[in-house]
This record gives sequence, C-alpha cells and structure tokens, in this order.
Amino acid sequence: MADEQRGVSEPAKPALWRRPAVRSLFFQLLLIAGIGFFGYTIFQNTLHNMQQRGISTGFGFLNSEAGFGILMTLIPFDETYTYGRTFLVGLLNTLLVASLGIIFATIIGFIMGVSRLSRNWIISRLATVYIEVFRNIPLLLQIMFWYFAVLRPLPGPRQSMIFNDTLFLNNRGLYMPSPIYEQGFWLVVVALLVAIVAAVLVARWAHKRQEATGQPFHTVYAAIGLVLGLPLLTFLMMGSPLSWDMPVLQRFNMGGGMVVIPELAALLVALSIYTGTFIAEAVRSGILAVSHGQTEAAHALGLRPGPTLRLVIIPQALRVIIPQLTSQYLNLTKNSSLATAIGYPDLVAVFAGTTLNQTGQAVEVIAMTMAVYLAISLSISLFMNWYNKRIQLVER
Amino acid sequence: MSVHTPHPDMPPPILNVGVLGWLRSNLFSSPLHSALSLFAIYLLYLTVPPMISWVFLEATWVGDSREACAGGGGACWVFVKVRINQFMYGFFPESEYWRINLAFGLLIVLAIPLFIKRFQSKGKLAIFILVVYPIITFQLFSGGNFGLTHVETSRWGGLSLTLILAGVGIVASLPLGIVLALGRRSKMPIVKSVSVVFIEFWRGVPLITVLFMSSVMLPLFLPEGTNFDKLLRAMIGIALFQSAYMAEVVRGGLAAIPKGQYEAAEALGLSYWKSMGLIILPQALKLVIPGIVNTFIALFKDTTLVLIIGLFDLLAIIQQAFADPDWLGYSIEGYVFAASIFWVFCFSMSRYSMSLEKKLHTGHAR
Amino acid sequence: MKKIHVIASAVALTAVMSSNAFAGATLDGVKKKGFVQCGVSTGLPGFSSADEKGNWSGLDVDVCRAVAAAVFGDAGKVKYTPLTAKERFTALQSGEIDMLSRNTTWTLTRDSSLGLNFAGVNYYDGQGFMVTKTLGVKSALELDGASFCIQAGTTTELNLADYFRANDMSYTPVTFDSSDETVKAFDAGRCDALTSDQSQLYALRIKLGNPDGAVVLPEVISKEPLGPVTAQGDDEWYKIVRWSLFAMLNAEELGINSGNVDELMSSADPNIRRLLGKEGIKGSGLGLPDSWATDIIKQVGNYAEAFERNVGMGSALKIARGQNALWNKGGLQYAPPIR
Repeated sequence: MADEQRGVSEPAKPALWRRPAVRSLFFQLLLIAGIGFFGYTIFQNTLHNMQQRGISTGFGFLNSEAGFGILMTLIPFDETYTYGRTFLVGLLNTLLVASLGIIFATIIGFIMGVSRLSRNWIISRLATVYIEVFRNIPLLLQIMFWYFAVLRPLPGPRQSMIFNDTLFLNNRGLYMPSPIYEQGFWLVVVALLVAIVAAVLVARWAHKRQEATGQPFHTVYAAIGLVLGLPLLTFLMMGSPLSWDMPVLQRFNMGGGMVVIPELAALLVALSIYTGTFIAEAVRSGILAVSHGQTEAAHALGLRPGPTLRLVIIPQALRVIIPQLTSQYLNLTKNSSLATAIGYPDLVAVFAGTTLNQTGQAVEVIAMTMAVYLAISLSISLFMNWYNKRIQLVER
Repeated sequence: MSVHTPHPDMPPPILNVGVLGWLRSNLFSSPLHSALSLFAIYLLYLTVPPMISWVFLEATWVGDSREACAGGGGACWVFVKVRINQFMYGFFPESEYWRINLAFGLLIVLAIPLFIKRFQSKGKLAIFILVVYPIITFQLFSGGNFGLTHVETSRWGGLSLTLILAGVGIVASLPLGIVLALGRRSKMPIVKSVSVVFIEFWRGVPLITVLFMSSVMLPLFLPEGTNFDKLLRAMIGIALFQSAYMAEVVRGGLAAIPKGQYEAAEALGLSYWKSMGLIILPQALKLVIPGIVNTFIALFKDTTLVLIIGLFDLLAIIQQAFADPDWLGYSIEGYVFAASIFWVFCFSMSRYSMSLEKKLHTGHAR
Repeated sequence: MKKIHVIASAVALTAVMSSNAFAGATLDGVKKKGFVQCGVSTGLPGFSSADEKGNWSGLDVDVCRAVAAAVFGDAGKVKYTPLTAKERFTALQSGEIDMLSRNTTWTLTRDSSLGLNFAGVNYYDGQGFMVTKTLGVKSALELDGASFCIQAGTTTELNLADYFRANDMSYTPVTFDSSDETVKAFDAGRCDALTSDQSQLYALRIKLGNPDGAVVLPEVISKEPLGPVTAQGDDEWYKIVRWSLFAMLNAEELGINSGNVDELMSSADPNIRRLLGKEGIKGSGLGLPDSWATDIIKQVGNYAEAFERNVGMGSALKIARGQNALWNKGGLQYAPPIR
C-alpha cells in the first residue's frame, strides 16, 4: 500500500492566504471597507463642516416660495411657485432642448454622412469641410457664436420680419400663432389615433401579402393617406373646432401666440451642428463597414439604388452605427447643460444656478442635478441597448 | 499587295476624358446631381468671397491701438496682436515667459524621437514624458525652487493653461483609467461592480457639474482646515471625470487582445499583475493610442468649460479682453482667433490619430 | 431608535465642541498662510477689477487690503479669488476664501440661513434700470410687458419680481451668468432694459457700443446695502473685518488720511490718539497689533480716499457720494466710535 502511493505525492495544500479564492475574498472585503470608510469620512466631514458654518440642510427649501421669474417655462410658473417647481421647469427645458437636439442632430448627421460618400465631388467635399470644421471647435465657443451671430442681425420687435402675417421674427424670438382647441377637438385626436392604428395594421397586412405573393403594396402612401385624411375629415365634419391665438405687437414685445426664444434656437443650432458631425462620421463608418459585395449582390438581384440603400445597406450599417449613436445622444444631453452660458433656462441654469444661489444649499442642489443627468443617461442607454438588441443580426 | 495598316484608335469621346469628363462624372452625372452641384456652387459663391475679404483682404494687420482699425471694413487683427501675450501666457509675469516656452519646447524636443521609426526605446521615453516631464513642467511653471521666483496658479492662464489642464487630465487619468478598466474586466464581483458604478457615474454627469462640485464643494467634503489650490481642485475634477472615459478606451484595447495571449500568460505561471503588466497591457495600450488621442481632443475642447468656474483658459481670457473699454466691439475677432487656435490643434491631432489608426490596424486586421 | 439618539447627540456634541475650537481659527490660519484670501468679483469696474498685469483694484478690493493691513501691517498681503455671483457663498462656506468682498447685498436670508455674517456696509446702493433712449421711457412704471436682462444669482432677480408683482405689471426675465454677457445681450437688443444695482449700471454703461444711447431711469426699487462678508462661527475674525471697515470710516470722520496720518501721530485729540493706537484699548481687543488702524490709513487711506479713487468723481464712474456720505454730511455712513 505504502509503495503504491510513492511518487504520486499529494500536492501540498497551499497556505490559507495563498489560495486564490481566499485572497480574492480578502481583497474585496478590503475594498468594501476602504470605500465604506471613505464615504463615511466624507459624509461626516460634510455634515460637520455644514453644521459648523450654520448652513441649513435638508430638502425643506423645495417647498418655499422661489420669488424669481424664468424666461421660458413649459408649465405654468411665476414668482409665487416653489423652488421645487423651478426644478421641474428646468428639467422640462433640458428635456425639450435635448430631445429636439437629438432629432436635428440625427437628421443632419445622416444627411452629411451619406453626402460625404456621395459620388458628387463638390457635395462630398462640402460635407467633409463641414465635419472637419465643426467637430474641431469647442462647443461652448460655437454656442456663444451662434447666439450673438443670430441675435445681432435680427430687427427689434417693432421692425419684425413678417411672413404671411402669421410668423414674426425679431430679436426676441420667432413668434407663431398658438392653437386654441375648442369643443369637439378631442374627436380629431381620436381619429388620429384610429388612423395610426389602422396604418400599422395595413402595414402588417401588406408585409404578409408580400411575403406570400411577392406583390408589393405602397404602404407609405396608404399610411400617409390614413394618418392625414382621417383626422382632416373629422376636423371638417366637426366644423373646424380650432382657432388660433395670433401674436400681436404690444408696447415692448409681441404678446400672445407661441414663441421660440433665440437662446433655444442658438443652443439647438450649436448642439445639432456639433453633434451632427460625430453622427455623420458614425454613419459613414457604418456604411463603409458593410462590404461592397452586398451592394453588388443587391444590384445583381435587380434592386435599384434606392431600395438597395434602404433594404440592404442601412439595416446592416445600423448595427455599427447604433452604439456610436448612443454615446453621441448621451453627449448631446450632457452638453445641453452649456445652456447656462447664454441664459437658456435649463436645469443647470435655473436650478443649479439661481435656485442654488438663492438658497445656498449647494450639496442638495448639485446632488439632485447630478441624479437627474444620471437618470437621463441611464434611460437613453437602456433604450438604445434594447433597440440595438432588436436589430442585431440573428445568426443561424 | 497592300500593307494592312490598322485604323488609328479613335480618341475617347470628349465628354469622358479630361476636365469635361471629370466634371461630368463627378458633378453632373444626373439631373439631381447637377442641381445639387449648382446649388452648392451658389452657396460657396455667397459665403466664401465675403469671408476671405473680411479675414484677409480688408482686414487691418498693423498698428497698436483702436484707431488703426477705424477705417478698415474687415477684421481688426490688431486687437489680437496687442493682447497675444496675454492670450498665450495669461497673467504670467512677462520676465518669466521663457519658463513656459522652455516647458513646451522641451516637450516638443522630447516627443520628436517618438516619431522616428529607428528610435528603439520609445516605451522608456514615453514613460519619461508621462512621469518625469510633468514634474519638470510643474517646477518651471510654479517656481519656488532652483532660484526661480514663485508664480501663483492664479496668474496662470491663456493657451498655456488650456494645454496644462488637458495634459494633466490625460496624464493623471491614464493610470486610474487602466486600473478601472482592469477592474471592470475582473472576475471578482465586488471589484467589478465598484468599477462599473464609478465609470458609469462619471460618464453620466455633465462636466459642468463636476467642475462646479470640485471647485466649490470639495472643501466641504474634506476635514476642516484642509484647503488646496483652486486650479488643483479643477484638475482633480477633470482627472476623475476623464478617468472614466479613459477606462472605456483601455477596456476596448483589452478586449481586442486575443484570448490566447491571456491563456499563454497564465500557462507561463505569471501572476495576475505580471501577466497584465508584461504581456497584456503593453499590447493593449499600443492598440488604444488613437483612442487616447481622441479622448485628449475631446478633453482639450472641454477645458473651455473652466471659464464657468472662474479660471482663465484661452477662451476665458479672450472674453475677459472684450471687457476692456479701449477695445469694445471686437468680440468676433476674438472668437475667430480662439476658434482657429482650437481648430488647428484638434484637427492636426485628429489627423495624427487617424494615421496611427491606419498604421496599427494593418497588423491586427483579421 | 436609541442608537440613533446616541449617535445624534454624539454628532451634536462634537459639533458644539469643535465650534468652540473654530473661534479664532481663521485669524490663526491667515497668519500662518501669510496672506488674506479674499473673494472678489470677476470684473466690475470701480469695485473689483484686474488690469492687464493681474493687479486688483476697487472699492471692494480696498476692504480686503484694509484687513490685510490690520493683520499684517502690509496691505499687499492679499490674494484674490475671482468669483461669479453663483459661486460666492459656497466659496465662503467651504472655507476656500477667508472673506468675501464682492458687492454683496445684506439680506435676512443670507445672514440667517446661509452661514454668513455681514460685517458692515461699504456701499449703500439700490436697484435701478437702464433703457435705450429710443424707447422713450421716462419711468420704470412705464415698463409693463418689457424684457429685462439680469445677472443670475443676485438679489436683483428677486427685487424685479417683487416690483412687478407689487405694481401688477408683467415682465420677461432674460438671465445671464456674467455681467459681461448681460451687457452684450442688452447691446444686441435682446431686452428692453437692463436692471442692476445703480452703481453697476453706470459701470456697465461704459461697456455699451454707444453709451450715449442709453439712460438710467430715476427709480430706485430696492435697498442694496453692499458689504464684506465672513463665514459664520468665527466671531474674532468677523470683528476684525468689521472694525477694519469702521476704521476707514472713523478716519474720514476725524479728518485723518494717508497724507496727514504721520503728522497727526502727535495730535493731542484723544479721539485721534485712540484710533491711531496711542491710548485706550488699542489693538488688543481684536488680537491685532496696536498700529492696526494706522496701517490701514497709511496704506489704503480713509473711506473718502478709497471712494474717490475707485468710484468717485475722480474715477471713470463719476458717482457722487450721495447716501454714501458720512452721517454728519447728510449720508448714511456711520461707524461706531473707537473708545
């Protein structure tokens, strides 16, 4: 028995502290303890420092009256509302400029990305120049440039440029009539919803029929017809239950109607032009990543250039484009905080600006602001990840 | 018997060669393209000539006061000329400008060998630039030792401050970013989640709020009585913010290293840190140099935000000059000047990163 | 629950104990550093602005210099931190600066819940309006429906809202981060009027493309007592700042200025002798050298000198003394006696 075991000596058990599992556990516990201690110290220091200096703490300030006005609000607001309300106002303004910016930047980016690959020499050169110029200049500089470049040449309210007696453009903004909904307008909205549902159903049916019989169906025209026609019909049948509140020149400004303030316009232009350059590059690299054989195969099947791009190239390119697009959307949202430089009342300008200064509660205000941006960023990435998964090529 | 003489080749159709052929295939290949081309040419006609005449032809270049620009219809570059020293060096004492020049000259001299193919110890030089050079530069800027007069950070400014902020951001964020990237790929759940949370936090918030926090709230977090320089605080904020982005870049490089390399290192019996330090990281970091240059470009542009916390970088110091009662109304010249400086830096760096990408890509294309 | 109570009381106890330790900490810290860290504006002509070489001057800057003169006997031992309106209180609360002298209005909220102490008033101001002449407006009450350019984070924002609410008028605020942008936007026609403290309006008007095209309206819609501020919790330091300002005012009242202070050292007037540290309590009560007030007067001058040099008729701003004259000359400036 003893002889048999000779030579197959059991590997010596490593000392306890040499075992990988133990070491990793120890190391991680150490890390937790370190972080915990660090966090606790900071928390204690802050509390101590604030008590020391008699700085008020807590979120009670959110319920007290703000007492200042805000240039642009999407929800009712005046001086008598609370600081909590200023948070909402700023948040909505941030969301507004970010979502509009994302739409415009995407449009600009796609057009420019495709243009850069165009066979037309001058168009592709122009797209290249646009991309190289605007992505290499700091955004802050561009925002200031557009703001003062847009503002200076515009006339005062009394010398407004008037288009068609409904649009008024001056250095206070672009004034438009705002709709007033009268009795029965809700039926038009219902009709619109019905039309959208119908359009989706038609599209499904057409898709099925094409799969089965190969006969294409002009879904687009049918859908446009439905979505526009049905509400219009209802609208006319109800006797046009809509009137317009026209902007009128008052003593100093235009009153009534809706207005796009120059701060919003400048911020939007700068954000979408700047982000558009990055999206254009993403689009270009996405299209280039689709092998040329795909185009040739599509042409060999008899597809015309339009459907080739739409049905073969873009779906494949999107897989490369989407992740880059996501990070650009995130950047745009975070960059919208530069609004504070030109006085567009976004979250940072209103809440982390005026409110912070009037209440002096920097820690609470900045923590809330950061939490909002984190939440926005997380939701954008979650949505884009979901979308990306959906369009991923299913490999067999 | 007639000799067969081949008929001479017909010249190609005149519309397919030469200038006309080029024009036809590149500008007027279809009615749509023709219309687009004509529209683009019209746009260029509208914008380019007035711009050139404003910037060059009608601009005022000579003189040293506002009066020199009185008659000119174009840009007044005298404004920039008069203040150029301030734009470059901030409020640095004039007699000490040589120190800044020396610091940046030294960087250029040190960096040249990195671009020479035959130079062997590039890695060592790079480490020297990343570790020793910042110390030398700090000594040159701040002074206080070696008989150099001390210059407070509040006097630093202009382009040199912009470069310093961006440089510090990159140099300081590199090690932290590497650690975070390794942590994010770690098998230990707690290390991994800590890294993920750290990275996603800094990537999710705008730099403005980070700067504001580091400039005014950081002292609240520290034990009473500890206080350090405003510039340093801004740098800490930038470095933390940047390290998250750096971590993602490095992570891309780590992911691109074939699994065989990891396994080979393990098979050799190397410990984790040795296999990372000797096998994986040298390869991964080389791969991500273009990515690092790109983050540097982004950071370089983002440093303009420090004007919001009252530091005088290039943009801030130019804006401050607008307020000079002697030079009111020349803000466009200032903005154009700032834009062109930023553009030259960013454009050349992005070209460099692109060429690197091409060069590095060949070896790894699979 | 019990545990929480124990922790809470422990925290409270340490807070109480350390707040005792805090008293006097600023002066010690300042002495150790060798300079006073003073928060000023990022550039407001007459009050605090830097020249091309980075040297600061102005009425607010002179308060910082007076404190340095009192503590060190050298008015040059000040370092300046330019702060935007938004940053100023946090900078003081966090201890980044030792004192704030940045045309800051003294209000109840700021004094009570921001952890600040206002050390006095070095300029009595009030909010006014500037409009373009072409508008043809003679009074602020005609400004119903107008747009206003304002600087963010100031009491101006609140006063404007109050004024329009009280008079049942409507307005549109256009808020900017810095006074430079505010002026630029007003110049570009973004708003009908610019509103700010009156002293600033004159300073900002110089920056307009066409200064003569704008007028300052006569109405003053608020009280804006501007003064230096210290962080709450250190009474000793607070008193040093307070009395540095009072020394300048008392010097003017007693007719002492930087020119004649040396001669008056031998004056027999007991009031003068007490201010110059020849008799009475001298500097000991404040923990300062006896020559503290003398140093202020020698190096910074009395209040009248500082006023004339920076904002008065001898400066670009050309502001009359008005309510900033001494109490015995029809103004509001009044300093407690030194005895």
